[in-house]
Amino acid sequence: MSDYVIEMINITKKFPGIVANDNITLQLKKGEIHALLGENGAGKSTLMSVLFGLYQPEEGYIKKDGKKVIINSPNDATALHIGMVHQHFKLVEIFTVLDNIILGAEPTKYGFIERKKGAERIKKLSEQYGLSVDLNAVVEDITVGMQQRVEILKMLYRDNDILIFDEPTAVLTPQEIDELMKIMKNLAAEGKSILFITHKLNEIMSVADRCTVLRKGKCIGTVNVADTTKEELSEMMVGRKVEFSVQKPEITPGEVVLEVKNVSVASKIHKGEAVKNVSFNVRQGEIVCIAGIDGNGQTEFIHALSGLDKVKSGEILLKGKNITHAPIRERSKDGMSHIPEDRQKHGLVLDYSLEDNLVLQKYWEPEFVNKGFLRRKNIRKYAEKLIEQYDVRSGQGPITICRSMSGGNQQKAIVAREIDKNPDLLIAVQPTRGLDVGAIEYIHKQIVSQRNSMKAVLLVSLELDEVMDLSDRILVMYEGEIVGELDPKTTTVQELGLYMAGAKRNVGENHE
Amino acid sequence: MNSTFKDKIKSVFSNLRNRIRDFFVKGKQEKSGLQKFLTTDAFKNFLSSVICVIIGLLVGIIVIVIVNAPNSAEAIASILKGGFNAPKWQRGVGSVLVNAIPLLLCSLSIIFAYKCGLFNIGAPGQYVIGAMFAFLGAFFLKAPWYVCLILSAIGGALWGIIPGFFKAFLSVNEVITSIMFNWIGLYLLNFVAGPEAGIMYNENLAECFILPKSSLLPTLGFDKMLSGYKYVTVAFYIAIILAIVVRIILNKTKFGYEIKATGNNKDAAKYAGMNYKRNLIITMAISGALAGIAAGCFYLTGYEVYSATKQTSLPAMGFNGIAAAFLGCLNPIGSIFSSLLITHINVGGGYLDTTYYSKEIGDLISSLIIYLCAFSLFIRLTITKIQNRKKELAEANNATPEKNPDVKEEKVGEKECH
Repeated sequence: MSDYVIEMINITKKFPGIVANDNITLQLKKGEIHALLGENGAGKSTLMSVLFGLYQPEEGYIKKDGKKVIINSPNDATALHIGMVHQHFKLVEIFTVLDNIILGAEPTKYGFIERKKGAERIKKLSEQYGLSVDLNAVVEDITVGMQQRVEILKMLYRDNDILIFDEPTAVLTPQEIDELMKIMKNLAAEGKSILFITHKLNEIMSVADRCTVLRKGKCIGTVNVADTTKEELSEMMVGRKVEFSVQKPEITPGEVVLEVKNVSVASKIHKGEAVKNVSFNVRQGEIVCIAGIDGNGQTEFIHALSGLDKVKSGEILLKGKNITHAPIRERSKDGMSHIPEDRQKHGLVLDYSLEDNLVLQKYWEPEFVNKGFLRRKNIRKYAEKLIEQYDVRSGQGPITICRSMSGGNQQKAIVAREIDKNPDLLIAVQPTRGLDVGAIEYIHKQIVSQRNSMKAVLLVSLELDEVMDLSDRILVMYEGEIVGELDPKTTTVQELGLYMAGAKRNVGENHE
Repeated sequence: MNSTFKDKIKSVFSNLRNRIRDFFVKGKQEKSGLQKFLTTDAFKNFLSSVICVIIGLLVGIIVIVIVNAPNSAEAIASILKGGFNAPKWQRGVGSVLVNAIPLLLCSLSIIFAYKCGLFNIGAPGQYVIGAMFAFLGAFFLKAPWYVCLILSAIGGALWGIIPGFFKAFLSVNEVITSIMFNWIGLYLLNFVAGPEAGIMYNENLAECFILPKSSLLPTLGFDKMLSGYKYVTVAFYIAIILAIVVRIILNKTKFGYEIKATGNNKDAAKYAGMNYKRNLIITMAISGALAGIAAGCFYLTGYEVYSATKQTSLPAMGFNGIAAAFLGCLNPIGSIFSSLLITHINVGGGYLDTTYYSKEIGDLISSLIIYLCAFSLFIRLTITKIQNRKKELAEANNATPEKNPDVKEEKVGEKECH
């Protein structure tokens, strides 16, 4: 008998212009946590889609418990007890947690849904695996962490014993990540086999038993995590040594570029204010970082700052000019660049080609438009320049439809576009969310080089490492207020965490 | 009797299927330029529309056969012949053209709004207001034809701006407003052109006055070409030119770039600093103007005299524009052909022998085709699937001899990977 519950043997999957999986073999043991590591576009998602029946491989086959199986659709995968938690959750936002879990597998009697029966089973499961959820809450009201637990319960409810986690920590706060790691260990201890797609090395080191590394569609190798190091893994993944911390020369900040005075923003959810009386400034040649746990007003503040939403009160000055109520285009012309938090919602027109997206903030300039007509040749030339300079990888170059590009390259395209505008103020919101170490290193370098060339950078990040690494000053936001201003050189991650949790403050009413 | 017909149809159908399959397989194996062309979206769009039309026709033919089998051959022929049924075929072609022109313009109106993410179901309303403005221009201003045409565009634009305004500033769904404005527009026209206002109403004939000569669109020699058929006019050129202009605006201009970005992703358009509200209103104005000028291009030919008392429902032209737009795969040039085709079949239906068939058969067939247009996406996906499966099969066939020892291969794979 085979030791393996799932074996993917010599899988090859091609797409136009690219071999996404080239002869990859992946074997999953029962009860192990097996990490799948690779850069964006290395073929991790494609491989998992093959396992989940979304794609058919051109070559190779899949075995379950030693028997060859054919998986033509996600339904086949479910029948084989393979379940997947997608990076972007597949939940019905307006349904309750209970309804979401039983959706598609409802216990029924005479055509009526037996919610009680479902609820009992879910309660048992959640106790067994330590997954606390509020069954009657509506999904859109619960935290991202709980939404993820709902997704996990969905798999368990369907008796899945092979669980695929597609970059599960990308959307979580540090506390939620710890929680998830515990849950995963529990699941494995209970005999579930877990495939864990990620590019965060710390997570692999802390939970995974074995790790398979992909690079550019090829299988580099499978290693026992206990026998390896973070550095070794990252070298396998990227193909060269990676610098984890960014080198920054000392510079004295110059003039004030952005001045925020007593800005408040109305909340869209409740009657109060999402951002309360925020004041700070950003000077030339410094990276100011707004740290905080997700949902503490950072998004609303950035939307107000960039003009996507209205400011309720207060003033915003850019290079001394009042832009509090200026339209977005004017802010952009005045030297503001914005790498948005949600690259697919705001950052890109996904069904546009890469070249059309690269000129999204510039298409009106005389270089690209003449008497109302687009100058296609110039757009192509400009796009090719950016693609080359910023190493944006895609199947068909400038004419690739952005929807078909990997998340990391989509983000690189946005970074290229925003930095190439040569802004005075660069606003970067979670610029490395969901990216691999190679891309993160690259984007960090770009941000630091903006600072070094005396630009002002305002960074918003949920990643503590990123905050500590990049920033010159840290502002901590808690419940819409700035509760602390810290110097990364003299502060610790623990202290930062206390500010983020609202347990400490050094700015505002209770000045210490 | 029916069964033999069904068999025939079956065999025709399976034959066709095989041929289509062969076509693809050949293309795949040869890996020629043809194969590349076969997998382009443009070709898939075209093919899916053609398949819609063929299935629609087949179902229509089955209906004809069921209704009255002995006379069905003749009936099928007259449906397929369309305008060519006329004793003088030139005149028949003329009647197709005169109806296809406003249909094309309506479908352009739908396409333009659709690219901005708007569903302009208000085309019928913009159409009737366009007609009203054209009539007012002709009867009151005694304006020449081109002024009347411009007026009809202005009328349609006005009727498009209103739902656009509501959507932009009050977030009211354009579908709901424009459905209401369809009826408001119709009754407004019927009031102005009917006995209530009595300003352009001919009581004896229960219809509008006959248009003055100066307001009629010039025929530019079409009447000589079409053996005296005088209703095909300058509108023909106007419609074709507008189709090209719409295509150019959408694909080549900054404005087209903006409205398509808005249609694809409103949030990204806003983020890029595009003026969503302004673009939305301009789009609705242009879309309305196209529907309005469609009415001008129809009524100013004198082909039909408007009757306020008889026209109690919305003119079908605006709604059919939706069908023509989708059958043309939302491509302005494609919609030239789709509107010609729909009109061709409708006109053909008019030539059916009414002792055996009701004349609505033509409408039935065109509505079948229109109905099947809704499936064109499905058909497009099926084509892609067939192409992929053929490709996989072909490759699997090539690959099987080497790949049989599957059990041992597993260990080889393991070694390679470790």
